[in-house]
Amino acid sequence: MKKIKSALPGPNDVYREVLPNGITVLTRSNFNSPSVVISGYFDAGSLFDPDEKLGLADFVASALMRGTKKHSFDEIYNILESAGASLGFSAGTHKSGFNGRSLAEDLPLLLNLLAETLTQPVFPKVEMEKLRAQVLTGLAISAEDTSEMASETFDKILYRDHPYSRPEEGTPETVKRITRDDLMRFHRECFGPRGMVIVVVGAVKAEEAVRQVKRALGGWQVRGQKEPPALPEVKPLRRTITKHHRIAGKSQSDLVIGTNGPRRRDAEYMAASLGNNVLGQFGMMGRIGDVVREQAGLAYYAYSSLYAGIGPGSWEVSAGVNPANVTRAIRLIVDELKRFVQEGVTEDELVNSKANFIGRLPLSLESNGGVAGALLNIERHDLGLDYYQRYADWVNEVTCEQVLAVARKFIDPDKLAIAVAGP
Amino acid sequence: MSGEKPRMKKSLIVATLSNGLKIFLKEIHTAPIISSWIWYRVGSRDELQGCTGISHWVEHMQFKGTPQFPASMLDKAISREGGTWNAMTYLDWTAYYETMPADKIDLALRLEADRMINSQFDEKEVASERTVIISEREGNENEPLFQLGEAVQQAAFRIHPYHHEVIGDMADLRSITRDDLYNHYRAFYIPNNAVMAVAGDFETKTMLARIRELFETIPAGPQPVRVARPEGEQRGEIRLSVEGPGSTTYLQVCYHFPAASHPDFFPLIVLDSLLAGPSNFNLFSGGISNKTSRLYRALVDKEYAVGVYGGAQATVDPFLYSIVLTVHPKRNAEETLAALDAEIERVCREKVTKAEIVRAIKQAKALFAYGSESITNQACWMGYSEMFADYGWFEHYLNRLAAVTAKDVQRVANEYFKPQNRVVGTYVPMERGKV
Repeated sequence: MKKIKSALPGPNDVYREVLPNGITVLTRSNFNSPSVVISGYFDAGSLFDPDEKLGLADFVASALMRGTKKHSFDEIYNILESAGASLGFSAGTHKSGFNGRSLAEDLPLLLNLLAETLTQPVFPKVEMEKLRAQVLTGLAISAEDTSEMASETFDKILYRDHPYSRPEEGTPETVKRITRDDLMRFHRECFGPRGMVIVVVGAVKAEEAVRQVKRALGGWQVRGQKEPPALPEVKPLRRTITKHHRIAGKSQSDLVIGTNGPRRRDAEYMAASLGNNVLGQFGMMGRIGDVVREQAGLAYYAYSSLYAGIGPGSWEVSAGVNPANVTRAIRLIVDELKRFVQEGVTEDELVNSKANFIGRLPLSLESNGGVAGALLNIERHDLGLDYYQRYADWVNEVTCEQVLAVARKFIDPDKLAIAVAGP
Repeated sequence: MSGEKPRMKKSLIVATLSNGLKIFLKEIHTAPIISSWIWYRVGSRDELQGCTGISHWVEHMQFKGTPQFPASMLDKAISREGGTWNAMTYLDWTAYYETMPADKIDLALRLEADRMINSQFDEKEVASERTVIISEREGNENEPLFQLGEAVQQAAFRIHPYHHEVIGDMADLRSITRDDLYNHYRAFYIPNNAVMAVAGDFETKTMLARIRELFETIPAGPQPVRVARPEGEQRGEIRLSVEGPGSTTYLQVCYHFPAASHPDFFPLIVLDSLLAGPSNFNLFSGGISNKTSRLYRALVDKEYAVGVYGGAQATVDPFLYSIVLTVHPKRNAEETLAALDAEIERVCREKVTKAEIVRAIKQAKALFAYGSESITNQACWMGYSEMFADYGWFEHYLNRLAAVTAKDVQRVANEYFKPQNRVVGTYVPMERGKV
């Protein structure tokens, strides 16, 4: 066990520094492969989007690489792709983020492009229109995707008038309204170094990585960077609400059934996470997989997920079934949820899930991308640099009673959001 | 601050057991992890009509238990030890892997040895898995690109069993019996038809001894004969269309392409890289964008398409090079195809530059470096390359790309990228309510 522990990232091999302009840098070296990953986030998520221009943050994130003061769209990608490197931005609800990778020798190139696209985008008009057509096509494709639509419908039921109910990519109507001025204003007001985190993992020494980040982004200053809007409370459901989003001509329906869940930072998160593993993850998709797939043979996939982030999370069961089997699948899943809140998990199940969590940790940290994700998780949720080294303790502390308590706190089988998308 | 860790020496050992099971072992001591793979030479190309999809179904049944590891225990055993495991069935092969904490790998070895010979194929389990696989196929059928891909593939191969999808045809999924499945399993799941590859934090001598102990008692079987129905030359372009729900038109253009072991494969890979961005053969590591590829510049940048994908597969027999275009809403499929053809003609007419070749090699080198971050991916390559060529194919890949000349690229472009050698498929979206 000693060896496993020493392979996990911790204060001994993760270096963290906050630059004077507010950017937090985390870095961990790995010389086993000549490659490097950068990853990070900043406070420019879709929470800033006005309702009538939903999709703005997403549009801005996609548009950053479409041209800067120094380079055109084609020039930017030519630099990247000629080096076999990649870089991309995407918007989330609270944050926008970026991911990039390259050979270690090309890290300066990657960081220069990151800095340039973040701080000096020009949003060329021609490129904006091309991008808009691509976004609209993407929305049209999603509108025909049963899984995407079930998920979107679920969020609308569960979060109703809360900002989490809004699809981050926007709708065709709102995307058509976004102007170049909107993009420039959003970038001017919401982008800045405050709250930004960047992680560098790979074949580079920590001091060298930090030096390079400082050189690329240490001088970035923005006056009047907007504070992210406050998040309202989520109102719990008062009864089960079922919505069927019709998509004609499909051979399979997707369904999402669930309710609210804890935030990532909440003390009960680990108990909920272990409980969820028993419910719909462990082995062949846990109890849900056992009932819906193995016993009833109704679905290729049927599993549960706990989505816990900065704000109120969700606890969801997803499955893809023949349209004729929707009602039966829903009944089986709701019955399992009832059993889950009545009986909780057995000692045996909990022990298995604990072993699973602890044992799989080194596997999730195999690649540079895996480590980068772990470091971002630590930073975003204030988990502490020693989180992964103490992880086994966090897991082992959880009791069956705690799992039952958290299940009962969040899941009421009579107050569920049930979303179906399909014929 | 952390210092630079020493680079570990990576050593590769190849051995063959007396029953014909070929073993690859590679010590990698960078993390306390071991990844173990077993590859069988059986895939959808070993299926005739009436039994399409049977290899994939057998793969599913391999998770349904043996007397020693019953189904209810099997699916929990690996998870409990913190391992990840999965299996995949493809045109030429079926693979099973477990990546485990190093001190837990014995469970994976015992399990694979056991299910190489002792899987039960219980009648009830077969019945329940039938509906699961039908559901898997229905999920695939929801996707326009599955519908289109299936139609194009089937048009490209009339003789060769590459003509059907790995998942199989619905008619066969309804009619395949328990005995069909079991016989298929017994015919192909034998040590002399398998390759085992283990990489990670172990000592070679001990690992080899343990594998011998577990696997060498499994008797060899008669060497399975693979279906040999070579596809003749295509005589003229084939065009087809598939109608379905949606509002987006897709084009899929597939050219017959050589086997991975054919010398032309390498200049074609260089050509692929500059036409559509580099193909990523790693199963466990993402690729890179293709926004400065010739097809992106000519088709997406000029708004004939909103996205372009192009790529090859490494196969035993000649398969297909596939270009998939999401047609721009302001164009029709014919206009987009004409724009594609202009680019294909250019690459046939004009020699590519040395700089473009150098660039393709740098891209391949970077993708290899990304792939080597993961022990699972490194273990995968040892068996994977054996399934369509040999491990040397993987080891010499970058050198063989580096030897490609502009003349080679022009020659293969003219030889393979001609209309008589292709199938053009269009997905035609129908308005709602009309399908």
